[in-house]
Amino acid sequence: MTIGLDHYLAVAAILFTIGVLGIFVNRKNVIVILMSIELILLAVNINLVAFSVFLHDVVGQIYAMIVLTVAAAESAVGLAILVTFFRNRGDIAVDDASVMRG
Amino acid sequence: MILQAIAFYLLAATTIGAGLCVVSAKNPVHSVLFLITAFFSAAGLFVLLGAEFLAMLLVVVYVGAVAVLFLFVVMMLDIDFTALRQGFARYLPIGGLIAGVLTVEMVVVAASVAGRGASARSVGPIAGAGGVPNTEAIGRVLYTDYVYVFQAAGLVLLVAMIGAIVLTLKHRPGVKRQSIAAQVARTPAAGMHTVSIRPGQALEP
Repeated sequence: MTIGLDHYLAVAAILFTIGVLGIFVNRKNVIVILMSIELILLAVNINLVAFSVFLHDVVGQIYAMIVLTVAAAESAVGLAILVTFFRNRGDIAVDDASVMRG
Repeated sequence: MILQAIAFYLLAATTIGAGLCVVSAKNPVHSVLFLITAFFSAAGLFVLLGAEFLAMLLVVVYVGAVAVLFLFVVMMLDIDFTALRQGFARYLPIGGLIAGVLTVEMVVVAASVAGRGASARSVGPIAGAGGVPNTEAIGRVLYTDYVYVFQAAGLVLLVAMIGAIVLTLKHRPGVKRQSIAAQVARTPAAGMHTVSIRPGQALEP
């Protein structure tokens, strides 16, 4: 009944695939895609922290903090792009956003 | 130990269930609320692991900042969300297939990796090395060996902040704004002029 490293890795793996599934099924909704990316990064964080704790090395938690920072910055810039996109087009359907395609 | 197992399974089930609800909820506001739940129970998992500082950071950064940011955007933009769900059923089979394959692969790899190397000899989560609390242990490493990484993280946040401001800043024409440079550059010659008025005569504008 002891909880080992593999339990945490399994949770992180399932959470990661939930994020990937969210990107697949919500292809039009950018907001849910951004939230799915957050879930993926959370799964990465769980992996980093679990390894850090079970290897008795605190450096993994430092990198988890870096991932957290990058996730926060990414969501801020992503939502800013979303707001600008909505202002310009009045809609957030991303499959129409191919005006820059060459 | 049994209590720890119960807590782990409870938190893990909550995290995964909330994650599934995030990607499948019809209303994005509900998605954001489920995202908060997922992050909160993940913070519980971190506490269970002995990484209290990161758990609190997760609560502060995600529940306090990112989730509120998402809520603001979801509620501020007037979007027809039913139209955005059109491809949901169409992409569900292939997406589910890929997700299932990915899960099986990663769980198998995780189970085989976890039993090898230094982590296999580890007796389990111990809060901090040598009796040092988790927060102190992070601080000792973060501000010495990884100070450049720390500075780079700050730089990433600064660039993201400037980028978000630049992206959302809108210049409306016809709005009077204060221009400090124009105010300072103003001279008496430009700001006023003298008029000579004869007695009994009105000043014409």
